[in-house]
Parts: sequence; C-alpha cells; structure tokens
Amino acid sequence: MLEHMISALLALGANKLRAALTMLGVVIGVLAVTLLVSVGDGARAYLNNTLSGIGSNLLSVVPGRTETRGFGPPAQGLERPLTMDDAHALERQGTTIRGVSPMVQGGGTVRFRNRQRDTMVLGVGPAFSDLRNMHVDSGEFVREEDVGSRRRVVVLGRRVVRELFGDESPLGQSVRIAGGRFRVVGVMEPKGRSLGFDLDDLVFIPATAAMDLFGLDHISQLVTAARSKEETPAAIAEIEEVLARRRNGERSFTVQSQEDLLKTFGAITGAMTMVLLAIASISLVVGGIGIMNIMLVSVRERTREIGVRRAVGATQRDILWQFLLESVVISTIGGAVGLGTGATIIFLVHRYAPDVPVVLSPWIAAVAFGSAFATGVVSGVVPARRAARLDPVEALRYE
Amino acid sequence: MSETGPLMEVRALERSFTLGEEEVRALRGVTFSIDRGEYVAIIGPSGSGKSTMMYQLGCLDTPSRGTYRLAGYDVGSLDDDELAALRNRFIGFVFQSFNLLARTTAVDNVALPLRYAGVGMRERRARAREALDRVGLGHRWDHPPDRLSGGERQRVAIARAIVSKPALLLCDEPTGNLDQKVGQEIVRLFESLNADLGVTVVIVTHDPSMARRARRNIKLVDGSLVHDGPPQEGV
Ligand SMILES: Nc1ncnc2c1ncn2[C@@H]1O[C@H](COP(=O)(O)OP(=O)(O)OP(=O)(O)O)[C@@H](O)[C@H]1O
Ligand SMILES: [Mg+2]
Repeated sequence: MLEHMISALLALGANKLRAALTMLGVVIGVLAVTLLVSVGDGARAYLNNTLSGIGSNLLSVVPGRTETRGFGPPAQGLERPLTMDDAHALERQGTTIRGVSPMVQGGGTVRFRNRQRDTMVLGVGPAFSDLRNMHVDSGEFVREEDVGSRRRVVVLGRRVVRELFGDESPLGQSVRIAGGRFRVVGVMEPKGRSLGFDLDDLVFIPATAAMDLFGLDHISQLVTAARSKEETPAAIAEIEEVLARRRNGERSFTVQSQEDLLKTFGAITGAMTMVLLAIASISLVVGGIGIMNIMLVSVRERTREIGVRRAVGATQRDILWQFLLESVVISTIGGAVGLGTGATIIFLVHRYAPDVPVVLSPWIAAVAFGSAFATGVVSGVVPARRAARLDPVEALRYE
Repeated sequence: MSETGPLMEVRALERSFTLGEEEVRALRGVTFSIDRGEYVAIIGPSGSGKSTMMYQLGCLDTPSRGTYRLAGYDVGSLDDDELAALRNRFIGFVFQSFNLLARTTAVDNVALPLRYAGVGMRERRARAREALDRVGLGHRWDHPPDRLSGGERQRVAIARAIVSKPALLLCDEPTGNLDQKVGQEIVRLFESLNADLGVTVVIVTHDPSMARRARRNIKLVDGSLVHDGPPQEGV
C-alpha cells in the first residue's frame, strides 16, 4: 500500500503544476469548511460562555403570558403587572430557589458637577449581585434596608465612574440621576462587554427608589435562580404556584429559564454552523469536480501506460487502485494544506484579534480532512473505473 | 501446466471485429502449434492480422471462435484476472514503440512485471538489475527513458520482458523504430536469449532479413495462414 502511495506521488510529481492547481480546488474547499465552521462554532462557544457567565440556573419572571418558554419579549398584555409584594412572597415561600431580586429597568442621565452620562439605570435588590455574578469592587451593593426605606443610594458601573469622576473616588459623593439626588455607596468591579452590551455602563439603585424615580407602581421583572440544575423544573413549578395563588390562579406571567435560553441559542448557532458547512461544501464539490476532470484527462493521456501495465500482468483491480489512490492523494494533500492554512489563520486571529470568537475544534479538523478524503474517493471512482475497464488491446493500440 | 505438449496450440482460431454494420474478419481459422524453445517469425503484408495474432498469443485478447492453449491452459475459457496472471507468469512483451513508463528509471521499468507478481521491492530491484545486465545495460540502470537512445530503450523493454523468466517472448516489430545496425544487435540479443535461456521467441516482423534468420516462418495473408515452415526464398 505504501508503495502504491509512493508511485501515486511520483505520478503526480510528473505534472507538478497541474497537480498543484487541481489540489488548489480542494485546498480552498477545505479552507472554506474549516474557517466557516470555526466561525459558527466560535459563535456558539462564545454565546455559551457569555450566557453561563451571567450566573447559573437563572430564572426570571416577566409579566404577561407566553406559551413557549425561551427568549424574546413576552406579550405585553399587562393585565396584572409584577410588584414588590410578589418579590417578597417568593422570597418568603420559595424553597427551591436561592434569592429573589426585583428589577426595574430604566435609563437616565447621571450628572456629577458639570459632567454627565446617559446610562442604564437598574433598580434591584441585594440578591441581584450574587445571582448575576456582578459584585462591588469597593463600597457596598444595594442593601435590604435601602430597598425597604426607598433610600436614594447608587452603585456605579466602572465606565460611569471613569466618565464622571476620572481618578477621583466617587464613594460618598452625590450625583443626580434623572433629576433626583443619589449618594454613591459602591463601585462595581469591571465586567467588560458581553453580547455587545457594556456591563460597566450602568448604575444600580434600590428597586423601590427606581419605582419612585420613574413613577411606577410595579417592577419590570423578577430575577431568581434554582438551587441546582436538577431543581430547575421544581423551581419553575414553585414560582408559578406561588404567583398564581396571589392572582386567584390566573397565570398572567411567564417564567423564563437560562437553560431554555441556552438551548434556543444553541439551536440557532447549531443551525448557523450547518448552513455555513453546507455553503463551504459547495466549494469542496467544485474542488472534487476539478479532480475528476483532471483524472479523466490523466486516464486518457496514460492509456498506453495502462495497456503496458495490463500486458505485464496488472489486473483491473490493480489499475483501479492506482488511479483511485492518485485521486485520494491529491485530495488529502489538498485537505491537509487547506486545514493547515485554516489552522494558521485561526491561530493568527487568536493572536492579533483575541475578541473574534473562532475556535478550531477537533471535530472541524476531522470533518475537513474526512471530507477531503471522501472528495478524493468520490471524484476518483469514475476515472479509475474507466481506466480499469479499458480493453488491454485497445489501450496498447491507442495513439 | 503440461510439460509434455507444445507450449502453444492454436486451432481453427478466428477473430472478428464488428465495425458498425460490417464484420471485419482479422483471423480466419488459423491452426499451428509452437514448441518450447522455438524461434518463430510471423510475417505477412500489412493488415494481414499479425498484430491481432500476437494479441491472441499474448493472452491480451481471446478468440471469437476456435481455441488457443498456452502451457495447457484454454485461454478462451479464462476470466480477466486469470488472463492477467497468465501474462504475468508466462509472457514477456516487446513492442515496436518500446512502451516504457516515462520519468521512471530503467530499473523500475524493468521491475514492473514483478510488482504485479507480488515480489518485494528489494528482490524486484535485484532481479531487474540482473535482467539489465543480461541485455548489456547494467550501467544505465538509473536512467529514465528520455536519457536513453532508441536501441537502449528497446533493450530496457527486452529486460522488462525477460525479468520474470517467462516461457514466451512475444515481439511486435521490435526493430521497426530502429536503424539497421541497432536492429541487428537487437536480433542477435533475441537469438542469444533463445539459445541461452531456452525462451520461446515469436517475432512479428516486416523485415525479410530478420524473418530469414528465424528457423521457422508463419505467414499470414488476409487473416489466413498461407505458409508454415522454414523461411521461403524471396520473402
Ligand atoms: N479493434 C479492431 N477493430 C476493428 N478492426 C480491427 C481491430 N483490430 C484490427 N482490426 C483489423 O484487423 C486487420 C488486421 O489488423 P492487424 O493490426 O492485426 O494487422 P497487421 O498484420 O498487424 O498489420 P501491420 O503490419 O500494418 O501492423 C486489419 O484490417 C485491421 O483493420
Ligand atoms: Mg501490426
């Protein structure tokens, strides 16, 4: 077998330029497969990481009823909005959840002296910090008493601190948010960007203070988490039961789980990867057609040689293998080069643009190389069979 | 394989081709036999069926009617793989146009039949070198065909034909592409192979002097055998 490989290599070496050009088709095909699938896979890994990074086994309750669990804005038929009382009830009665935080979302301009910044304002409770993995760097997060007494205190995100205070310490200072005066009690640790959203460009205030500030009598949603992954279904059931009881059995709210979100994103990115793979395979098919074409030409050119080989005792099978191997050698070398180029590009991207989420997973490498091999076999079969079936006499008489 | 009977036995052999509507009868019932160690020339005008006969004798083709037995095997009843094995074991071919593999050294060209016989790489090379020595080209073993003269190429082809020590050497106009002097040397090489190794030599030729040097001539005209015996005067 090794020997046949060597002669296949020699046969290709006889026409280096042609072999190289033929290979190029496969190189490009495999490169496309490798890169596009890497991008798809990278996107998936990135989403997974980010979504897991915001906490674990998270559950959120939003007003309105949607039939499917998952992500997307729920229907806004707010018959019965969520309130602070709902949050308290869950906190008191919940046995399968750890911590409950109300959440009131808004936006506003934060001012300090003559500087200002438009930012996101989140009204939350103390549990929010642990649930969402967002902790203070200095000072304190929003406390239970702050929520209870609607205290006007604020915890600033890193970005806001930098913009308004520069190097000055903001703790104890007073800022104006949407016109109201707030005392700075804490500064968040830096979080960076996630899904295009700057997690440092926001401020936290007590949920009650946010309701006052925005003139609301309800909260936007409830944030909580199951104690463990296994307890997630039980936790959802419990939340639904507690809240429904408070609404005379009416289910005018929806519980969303982080897991559902992950699954939904997983399905989307999985589908995206497959689409990219399909697109990339087209170029591989083109490469395969190139190989078949060249192999057919080669069989014709080497008709005499085939005749001589048959005359000295080669069987049809010998000839079949000879040409099939040649085609497979072209495609696998092309595949190796394509894969190598792809790996190099991915390596360079990692090195010089670490933010771009591309990963070269072993399965991509296996798929790329495997499909190159398969391309060689498929496009070699027809020419090889044609070569093998040549009549020895006609092959020898061929001019 | 019968050691007693003739090496080759051709009986009422016919070979016809269909070209569209028309039937071309290239061989029309030829009968003869050739013993081991004979040196025979097949002669006849162009288009008389000499090459067709050679493909039959060489087991590259099978009879339309009649029989051909080589070393006791009924060639017409063998399948493609068996024919390939028979060629590999019993027959060496020498063609007018050498038919060496390009960009392949002399020694690897010569070793080709052994490869299909399943002989290992090292032994193949050794035996190919021996065969090259036998045709007087031992020193050129690593030359590819394009660095050899016509006569040298034909010697390489002859080395390839004898490397597996076949019982039969089949040559189709082996000197057709060579000049007089080199052709003479090739003929002498065949004669010495015939005498020293006892290999049966069958040569298809147009060359009267070559035909006269054979002990026996088989003459075909229009696919029929018209003479079988010692060289005739005026051929
Ligand atoms: N595959 C084929 N199909 C049709 N006709 C064929 C085929 N092979 C040979 N013939 C015919 O058979 C006849 C004998 O051909 P062959 O090649 O055996 O002649 P030859 O004696 O070798 O001639 P030359 O001395 O010119 O080589 C010719 O008429 C040729 O056209
Ligand atoms: Mg002829």
